[in-house]
Amino acid sequence: MPSKTFAGKTVEVDNEGFLVNHDDWTEEMAPEIAKEEGIDNLTEGHWNVIRFIRKDYQKTGQIPTIRRMKNAGGIPTNELYELFPQGPAKKSAKIAGFGKPQGCV
Amino acid sequence: MKKILILGAGTGGTIMANKLAPVLDRREWQITIVDKDEYHHYQPGYLFIPFNIYSRIDVIKPRRDFFPAGIDVIMSPIEIIQPEANKVKLTNGQVLSYDILIIATGSDIHPEETEGMLNGAWHKNIFDFFTLEGALGLQNYLKYWEGGKLAINIVEMPIKCPVAPLEFSFLADWWFTEQGIRDKVQIDYVTPLPGAFTKPRAAELLGNFLDQKNINLVSEFSVARVDTTQNKIVSWDNREVSYDLLVTVPTNMGSEVIGNSGMGDDLNFIPTHQKTLQSKKHDNIFVIGDATDLPSSKAGSVTHFEADILYENILRYIDGRSLKEDFDGHANCFIESGFGKGLLIDFNYDVEPLPGKYPLPGVGPFSLLQETKMNHWGKMMFRWVYWNLLLKGSELPIEAQMVMAGKRQ
Repeated sequence: MPSKTFAGKTVEVDNEGFLVNHDDWTEEMAPEIAKEEGIDNLTEGHWNVIRFIRKDYQKTGQIPTIRRMKNAGGIPTNELYELFPQGPAKKSAKIAGFGKPQGCV
Repeated sequence: MKKILILGAGTGGTIMANKLAPVLDRREWQITIVDKDEYHHYQPGYLFIPFNIYSRIDVIKPRRDFFPAGIDVIMSPIEIIQPEANKVKLTNGQVLSYDILIIATGSDIHPEETEGMLNGAWHKNIFDFFTLEGALGLQNYLKYWEGGKLAINIVEMPIKCPVAPLEFSFLADWWFTEQGIRDKVQIDYVTPLPGAFTKPRAAELLGNFLDQKNINLVSEFSVARVDTTQNKIVSWDNREVSYDLLVTVPTNMGSEVIGNSGMGDDLNFIPTHQKTLQSKKHDNIFVIGDATDLPSSKAGSVTHFEADILYENILRYIDGRSLKEDFDGHANCFIESGFGKGLLIDFNYDVEPLPGKYPLPGVGPFSLLQETKMNHWGKMMFRWVYWNLLLKGSELPIEAQMVMAGKRQ
């Protein structure tokens, strides 16, 4: 398994750079993962999404879908696309320290 | 008298009734099945209706023709499920109690989930083919269409039968060729997925098919709204695809009663153990088919494989044994590719579709991940198999769990 260092902490990642263990994640790592995804500055809007993903995972054991972020997290879908352009579900999950969202078959 | 209550008499509910009725002692167990109406639809047949291959009578039969003797049948919509009280309320006023509940309420399309989809153009130049009404409307529309821009679109995943829109595209290419107007039709295949399909090897092969058939793939396109004044679909990241005819697969959701009963996720699918098919919340509730939230395909073949495992687990549950964690996400789909040919794919949660022979390793007669005439005939014969064997819970010569024999890595 490859590993990477974010904010001075070396963690296991998969082939696409997603954290293998979401417990390895710390808030300090998020801005550095975000940079790799082409997001240079994490705004309050970004953090709102990241915190919701972390919190919702605690509750449900699953990464929230875009629909759930809208329904349960109050995050409008168009805003999500503006914050995390090109694949908001994937990008936000990655920055929040989770694996790639399970694609539907 | 103990009670097994089955909600939904579609593929999953009907198979379960047929499997359980002959083996449970009628002095001990009463089986009841509930559905909202009298007619069973062969949903895979909808695909062929727009192209005049099937008509209404090919895809509908009375549900009662497929029930085993000795069970109670109630035709009524369901008002609410009360899992804490082990009760189900029907809209006809009846209240049913149960010891074991099997939920097989399926999934449906929800065009109202997309802004603009129902703005007056629905079933005028925007059609679905996941309902009988949509498929018949499209049949009539295509009969008189002289060509233009056809956009085939999946609004969001998951959907019932993820290969169906691809098959629709292949059949459309064939149909317009037959009608002599293929040169007047531009076909765009617009999908939220990164490619033609979810699994890499099949996606590559099916992507090549789109190329060969001159169908333009527009990927990673998630529809935000439909603009019916300018006939275009607009994605969340503001890309646009225009159309003269839009064939859409709208958002698929589980039954409303699941949401109203507080038992579903955001799409009204029921959180279900992936390998045992038991509800994650209630030990005496089991879920089969499209109603589950399993990361498997929503398809009749998956339901059929699930039924084999669920049948065993219901019996084990009755006998107080631990459940078998045997369901592996097995799916098996014929893919109609047009011009009298077809493909076949066979896969599960972990193993993507691979080439080979099926069901007999090395022999076939069907070829996996390859376009053959035999696969097309398999698909056409399947309607007979569905009505005469599958719904009745008969043994088919295929294993419930996926097998690697006959497959090439």
